[in-house]
Amino acid sequence: MSQSSVDVPPKGGFSFDLCKRNDMLTQKGLKAPSFLKTGTTIVGLIFKDGVILGADTRATEGPIVADKNCEKIHYMAPNIYCCGAGTAADTEAVTDMVSSQLRLHRYQTGRDSRVITALTLLKKHLFSYQGHVSAALVLGGVDITGPHLHTIYPHGSTDTLPFATMGSGSLAAMSVFEAKYKEGLTRDEGIKLVAEAICSGIFNDLGSGSNVDICVITKGNKEYLRNYMEPNPRTYVSSKGYSFTKKTEVLLTKITPLSEKVEIVEVAGEAMEE
Amino acid sequence: MDLNLDAPHSMGTTIIGVTYNGGVVLGADSRTSTGMYVANRASDKITQLTDNVYVCRSGSAADSQVVSDYVRYFLHQHTIQLGQPATVKVSANLIRMLAYNNKNMLQTGLIVGGWDKYEGGKIYGIPLGGTVVEQPFAIGGSGSSYLYGFFDQAWKENMTKEEAEVSILISMLMP
Repeated sequence: MSQSSVDVPPKGGFSFDLCKRNDMLTQKGLKAPSFLKTGTTIVGLIFKDGVILGADTRATEGPIVADKNCEKIHYMAPNIYCCGAGTAADTEAVTDMVSSQLRLHRYQTGRDSRVITALTLLKKHLFSYQGHVSAALVLGGVDITGPHLHTIYPHGSTDTLPFATMGSGSLAAMSVFEAKYKEGLTRDEGIKLVAEAICSGIFNDLGSGSNVDICVITKGNKEYLRNYMEPNPRTYVSSKGYSFTKKTEVLLTKITPLSEKVEIVEVAGEAMEE
Repeated sequence: MDLNLDAPHSMGTTIIGVTYNGGVVLGADSRTSTGMYVANRASDKITQLTDNVYVCRSGSAADSQVVSDYVRYFLHQHTIQLGQPATVKVSANLIRMLAYNNKNMLQTGLIVGGWDKYEGGKIYGIPLGGTVVEQPFAIGGSGSSYLYGFFDQAWKENMTKEEAEVSILISMLMP
């Protein structure tokens, strides 16, 4: 398309170079790849000492499982975590963005972040995009005012609840919570209930699957239990492994190290001179 | 029955505000639905704006939350500048300014109710387009259609607090 013999540094902004080609391909019948959605079952509940968040680990691209073990529980602050359902890029980007904003806010105020701060930052952002940022979040944490659990919808509305579920598997998980949740659960009871709710999503919803991630947040402490439960292990692994027939013959093998090892000697105390 | 979980959260909703001889009584149901799924069965649709003014929200959950957040903030500043509690009329007008000027983008019906020392208990209804109407009682939300007939018959001037509360409780039980 464009004839450039010199490599010019990109000026920034969207590059329209490939639009004509993409157009031509769609006209010829090629379907553009769909967004990576997280299908998903995400849950949160408040127990005696704090908050427990749970999530499955399957990321889907249409009918295909794109990532069998992705992380849906995102770090927001040392005392606040956020589970994300919806378009994977949107949940990652929005939680990363607010996590940075929270850190700057912590530096500025000199205090630990509050869950309601994260909530307001997220809801402002999502509302201003009128639902086009497809991120449905379960935000939980423990701050100076106590444990909090909120759900945030893509259009920017929020709810504050003692137990919450989101994602395509939310109906399956909610049925478990509605049946078994009670106030003042202990840590072990809470983890067991969260794992059960996520498993219910994993087994009954096609958009959720693989493993269970759990995050327990209490006052002054957090535990991120990655792959707490793995109810879908790969059962038949061939011990022989795979071997492919050799197609091309190796004539010569030469190893060249990429960079030379140089020694840096620091000369103490000399300031830069004009 | 299409379970579209990506539909914006609307609040289904029945909201009511009634004046009585000492002030106002506000009532609301607690269901937030996304399409046919109940997203929150325990939502709080009566939101505080100031110590003496509350608002009942209906329509889009996000829109009504954002509007009430803005108005709470404006009223807080207004109270500081004025040096005394804000009146219900001012609260209603602030909501109306946002609702009317952004009528193309918002989808929320609100009922503002409160008590101030100048006018006593007052109810203002602010439906979709941004009209503001002062009424002795107001009903709103999609569930309010069933209540026009009921209130026509049941409401009377100068009810006591108990009578007002009972009429709200009975109307919440209607489908």
